[in-house]
Amino acid sequence: MKQPLLTLGALLCALTAASHAETLRFATDASYPPFSQQGPDGKMAGFDPDIARALCTAMKVTCEVVPQDFDGIIPALNAKKFDVIIASMNITDERKKAVNFSDKYYNMPSRLVAKNGAAVNDAWFKGKKIGVLRSSIQEKYARDHWVKLGAKLVPYGKAPESFLDLKAGRLDASFVDAAVGDTDFLKTPNGKGFAFAGPAYNEAKYFGEGAGIAVRKADAALLERLNKALKQIRADGSYDKIQKKYFSFDIYGN
Amino acid sequence: MIDANLMIENFPSFLGGGSGQAVLSTSDGLILTLELLFYSLLGGLALSIPLGLMRVSRNRLVSGAVWLYTYVFRGTPMLVQLFIIYYGLSQFEAVRESWAWTYLQEAYFCALLAFTLNTAAYTTEIIAGQIRNTHWGEIEAAKAMGMSKWLMMRRIVIPAALRRALPAYSNEVVMMLQGTSIAGLVTLADVTGVARRIYSDTYMPFEPFLMAGLIYLAFTFLFVWLFKLAEKRWLAYLAPRKH
Repeated sequence: MKQPLLTLGALLCALTAASHAETLRFATDASYPPFSQQGPDGKMAGFDPDIARALCTAMKVTCEVVPQDFDGIIPALNAKKFDVIIASMNITDERKKAVNFSDKYYNMPSRLVAKNGAAVNDAWFKGKKIGVLRSSIQEKYARDHWVKLGAKLVPYGKAPESFLDLKAGRLDASFVDAAVGDTDFLKTPNGKGFAFAGPAYNEAKYFGEGAGIAVRKADAALLERLNKALKQIRADGSYDKIQKKYFSFDIYGN
Repeated sequence: MIDANLMIENFPSFLGGGSGQAVLSTSDGLILTLELLFYSLLGGLALSIPLGLMRVSRNRLVSGAVWLYTYVFRGTPMLVQLFIIYYGLSQFEAVRESWAWTYLQEAYFCALLAFTLNTAAYTTEIIAGQIRNTHWGEIEAAKAMGMSKWLMMRRIVIPAALRRALPAYSNEVVMMLQGTSIAGLVTLADVTGVARRIYSDTYMPFEPFLMAGLIYLAFTFLFVWLFKLAEKRWLAYLAPRKH
């Protein structure tokens, strides 16, 4: 007897959802600055909510951005507490089993942090000491690419330790997630005289596919609309405007 | 459950191999631990004999200075000493621009310096204690032979003190072996450092640390056994009579 009842319930839910299609509910992480945090007016602010609102403008729907703790955000999506997750969620195979992802909406690159004016090319790596986090994706990339160019990798347990040694001159560069390098070092007094050097690294094989927007498996049409809207805000410059508000470098990647 | 395969697969990493590299192709793991131990013990012992003599000096200034040194180094954890030398000193522009920076910028040297100063402090106290324990009869005999103060020190007091220091010193060696495990915290890949690397690669905490523990245990056993042999040879005259 349960089965028909459930089907009926699902049908009802679908009907209600359809009749309110004008409002899309986006969930962001409650506290993950600068990507999302509660603003002084109680509304969600940050990169993720701003992108959500830009997407809604592009799709011509009303937006509601709700905070949700990151753990349990996927079950809550599937329980229909909201329709879309935009919470800096990295696209992984594990998560793909539970939800459908849009194209990436950003892919935080990894960057080398070095003394101002370091000219990074293949020859530069010879004899250089490069700090990495132990067992990080950055370490794996550096081991596969730079060790054969003559670089020596120095493993650290925490990023601030590698920044200390970079400042002290024990390291020639530190290879980190760009957001970490920017907020934890370059923007602090310690980072004076240092800058990002060389290109942005985000080869999917090492660094993953980036962060995606997640919807329920059943909402194929919504996913398509989100992807279209994403392309639109990339093209019309509203994405860049939001990005510039929070970051001094490009986080979309290639 | 313990994954025995993981332990066997990763064993070469403790011997400077692993991830496709031949064993002993780097000094990671056991070699680095033994190197740090050997050089710091050697340096510590070399420092502690003169310092031990100064510690028992009648000159208050001399013995007081050595007392202060051993008090500070025995009174603070070796980890704190290592962090002060490695991260602390590097904060000062003056240090970074001095000749000492050539050495201090190397984590290896910083670890060696901290370990040497630490073991020298303990060994100084061990030796000073044994010098004070010298039997008055031996001193009297030496004086009766017409030995000068330094000749007496060289021929009688120091050799006998070093012999009697053996049991306490074997403890110090074992403690230093365990103590070198903090080298991993300043980027070095000693036995514990390698275990931590395997742990963060595999997310399996039990196997790599168990492996590291077994290695320390084996070497502790070896050192204790070697010191037992040494005591049999050089402390036989103090052993209780068997017949």
